Amino acid sequence: MNIIEDKFSVWQKRFSLSGFENKSSELAFVQVPADQTVAFITTVRDLDGYKHLVFFTAVDLLEDGVFRLTYMLHNYTTKHDLGIQTDISRDSASMESIHHLWPHGATYQRELKEMFGIDFPGSPGVNESFVLEGWFAMPPMRRDFDTKEYSEATFFPRPGRKTFDTQEYMKEQLYPSEAETW
Amino acid sequence: MVDAKKQDPRSKFPPVEGGKSRYNLTSGKYMKIWQGPQHPGITGNMSLELTVCGDEVVDCKTHVGYLHRGFEKLMERRKYIQCFPLVCRICVPEPDFNEYLFAECVEELAGIQIPERAKWLRALTLEMARLTSFLMWIGGQAGSFGMGTIGQWTVTMRDYMLDLFEELSGGRIYHMYIIPGGVRADLPEGYEGRVESTLKQIEKVLKDVELALMHNYVFKKRAKGLGIITPDMVDEYGITGPNARGSGVKRDIRKDNPYLIYDQLDFEIVTETGSDAYARTWVRMKEMYQSIDLIRQMMKKMPKEGPFFQKLPNVLHWKVPAGQTYHKSECTRGEYGFYMVSDGTELPRRVYVRGPSYTHAVTLMERLAVNTNIADTAGLMVSLHTYPPEIER
Repeated sequence: MNIIEDKFSVWQKRFSLSGFENKSSELAFVQVPADQTVAFITTVRDLDGYKHLVFFTAVDLLEDGVFRLTYMLHNYTTKHDLGIQTDISRDSASMESIHHLWPHGATYQRELKEMFGIDFPGSPGVNESFVLEGWFAMPPMRRDFDTKEYSEATFFPRPGRKTFDTQEYMKEQLYPSEAETW
Repeated sequence: MVDAKKQDPRSKFPPVEGGKSRYNLTSGKYMKIWQGPQHPGITGNMSLELTVCGDEVVDCKTHVGYLHRGFEKLMERRKYIQCFPLVCRICVPEPDFNEYLFAECVEELAGIQIPERAKWLRALTLEMARLTSFLMWIGGQAGSFGMGTIGQWTVTMRDYMLDLFEELSGGRIYHMYIIPGGVRADLPEGYEGRVESTLKQIEKVLKDVELALMHNYVFKKRAKGLGIITPDMVDEYGITGPNARGSGVKRDIRKDNPYLIYDQLDFEIVTETGSDAYARTWVRMKEMYQSIDLIRQMMKKMPKEGPFFQKLPNVLHWKVPAGQTYHKSECTRGEYGFYMVSDGTELPRRVYVRGPSYTHAVTLMERLAVNTNIADTAGLMVSLHTYPPEIER
């Protein structure tokens, strides 16, 4: 049993962990229920040395009706990455914030609100636009957002530029007086 | 939080109401200034909304989104091989890291082992990309303190590096050299000699840059004490790369979690303890010399012949087994990573790009800018070495 499997059995005594995937000596994923996620993250940060929040993102599992959130943490002592995953419902998607643990957590949450429509109540600036200023359509990273349909509805039909026959155009517009003699 | 009623009216900071600073812009005490979105010191577009009191910054807000091209969304609608022309465009001055990490993730999920020589060739291009990117950065750093000539010297050197990339891959900026299964081509004949002569030229110029920039009175005076990152801020703000190493934090993925062939190379992690813009510049200067040394080591130790590509299944109908993985590497700005999820179909389910600028340019910059002089803001921004395209992907 390696160190991370050892840790997993310790964590399992305190949290209802639903899954564990040990990818390599440097990477593992653990599935945690949504209501215990922030408590679990706080525990592994403060007691197990996973102090670095590498990233925080979501995967839209449309067919299951859930968003899978992934918090990737790194332990600089054991050189180990731990992906903490939790599923939340796609309908009225909301999750507890982690901005009190890492200030830059607020930036990730702001982006997730904009791109997936996941709310993080209390997270600073979570309702402010991040990348998509003035966006009113469905959050674009959702699987059911149809980029082609959106582009066609928003940007087409465009009149485009008129094309002219060069010789005729020059005759009429640029040299009208000379054109009479041509 | 300062109560609006209790605050000293002479304070340069505004009262806080409902958790937000209230600037009375009509009072004549504060002014809003936008820096950017175009700035020669950063590659890409990013703007800083600065609130100044006199010439001192009292509030800073980073705005991104000028370069959002929706790469992550585009990749969900493309086959794995079709993603390659896309991923390199996420970071202009250092595209090779995107190619490498994407390839590494696909290879792990598909269970592909690449030949030994391909690993060396990949590491060689990554280190060349690091050097090329640093040469571009130093122009911005010197230029933001009024020393434009240094940028002209180093951008010339960068062009010589781009010549080498062009010879190797056919492309100067976007190389698309690293692909799943290995690399696209072997080294051209006589390439080693041309690399060595370019490295010698760069070394010579770096000595001049060191004299003209690092020992320059104006640069020292302005960069010392600017943008202090204390070691305890490193974990709090998720700081990686030279920004962390400039604060004495000895972390480098090439050493801590060695990938490719980095465990076979001889090098030490570069650190400085000044914690300011000057210390970060020193770290990057020393890392340029380090990159030159590593390229030479690779050229010497690399197997001279052998396969550099592992045959793949038909890439147009390639179903990568379901799974997820995360791979990372040390680029010039810090930890660069790709998180990939496959659902067993021909298209990736999700690709997430973790760029170091995400934390450095937004949360960290917004904190460090407060209390700095307006004239030093550009220097501070460039000292964090940010590339906006990797923030908005």
